[in-house]
Amino acid sequence: MGDAHSHDDDHSELGPMDLRVRALETVLTRKGYVDPEALDALIETYQTKIGPRNGARVVARAWVDPAFRQWLLADATAAIASLGYSGRQGEHIVAVENTPARHNLVVCTLCSCYPWPVLGLPPAWYKSAPYRSRAVKDPRGVLADFGVRLSDATEIRVFDSTAEVRYLVIPQRPDGTDGMSEEALSELVTRDSMIGTGLARSPGAP
Amino acid sequence: MTAPTDSRSAPIATRDYRSQADLGGRDGYGPVVPEPEGENFHAAWEPRALALTLAMGATGAWNLDESRSARETLPDYAALSYYGIWIAALEKLVVAHGLAGVDELSAGRVLRAARPLARMLRAPDVAATLARGSPTERPAQRPPRFAIGDAVRTRSDSVAHHTRLPGYARGRNGRIEHFRGVHVFADMHAHGAGEDPQWLYTVVFTGNELWGGDAQPGTSVSIDAWEPYLEAAP
Repeated sequence: MGDAHSHDDDHSELGPMDLRVRALETVLTRKGYVDPEALDALIETYQTKIGPRNGARVVARAWVDPAFRQWLLADATAAIASLGYSGRQGEHIVAVENTPARHNLVVCTLCSCYPWPVLGLPPAWYKSAPYRSRAVKDPRGVLADFGVRLSDATEIRVFDSTAEVRYLVIPQRPDGTDGMSEEALSELVTRDSMIGTGLARSPGAP
Repeated sequence: MTAPTDSRSAPIATRDYRSQADLGGRDGYGPVVPEPEGENFHAAWEPRALALTLAMGATGAWNLDESRSARETLPDYAALSYYGIWIAALEKLVVAHGLAGVDELSAGRVLRAARPLARMLRAPDVAATLARGSPTERPAQRPPRFAIGDAVRTRSDSVAHHTRLPGYARGRNGRIEHFRGVHVFADMHAHGAGEDPQWLYTVVFTGNELWGGDAQPGTSVSIDAWEPYLEAAP
């Protein structure tokens, strides 16, 4: 957050984009359109409060609580809000469950739509041309880029987020996790496993 | 007031509207490069770009669909990083709405008085504003035209405005899988034509319908399509 207070520091290391964004911020702030402290609060929120650990807690709860899992599949927005996660870019969430028979993968081919309240900001690759172009046509190749190989018998469904519905994948619960606490289970739930480009980690795996 | 050749003063919508962002199914982009969790930004200016975009969005000077339209029509979209796209579009929106001039953005100084805006996002309200979001679902004014399981065909014509029907899914046969409620219609909302809420459906297509012989076995793709994108399958 120190960035906001370093505007008069040495400019020699600043690139063209630094200067351009700084100019824009200066004009918008001095015109009174934006509150500089709100900018810092927004950044801090997405750096420390809203990220994929939120989604991991949702998934772990679904793994241990069958009633919550049913609620999540029926009305994900409400079920997720019950854990305290809601709002911007997650106003209408749908949860889709991976099974041995079907693997779900989420993309936004038109921009970068992503369920922010549960996963935070999308990673660079999610917004990149390779992912957006290939996920719909070459999902198995995209999964291979992530080191994931599924059985040919596993059906793959790609969800292209073309409207304001945001999709959260519920990965399969790994074997060997019986009796693990909800908190320990949430550590196995990776960001990528909730997009569908990964699987949940096995206990003891890196 | 502004140089007509500057991309920041380009119009938002034109008769020859062209999205640079419709990438689904295009070939030749190479491998996806995974990245560890937590690497949200790759340059010091990127978090500022994010925050400025969110804070200006919260003023109500434009809506999210107009933002998307401003981004996807950047002529150099493909050459820009994602936050580079956001900044270029934010400059374009600020100028198009008369909130600042290109000269002010170039100088990094205020040269003219501000225009009054409906709202300003203040730091103490950030958490509540984000938690509230901007829901797009609206009450249904009429029953849906299609039922779950119906065979539908997507519109095949190209349109000279923002749309959320991807090119790869135009003129294709699919099946209605889910109702998603009635939602603000992006095609209209992006261009100041009001919310025009429409039924939204999840429509699923077989890989074969979309990609023919290139389709991978056992794959299907769904989109979320507003009712005006759809007609009953022939």
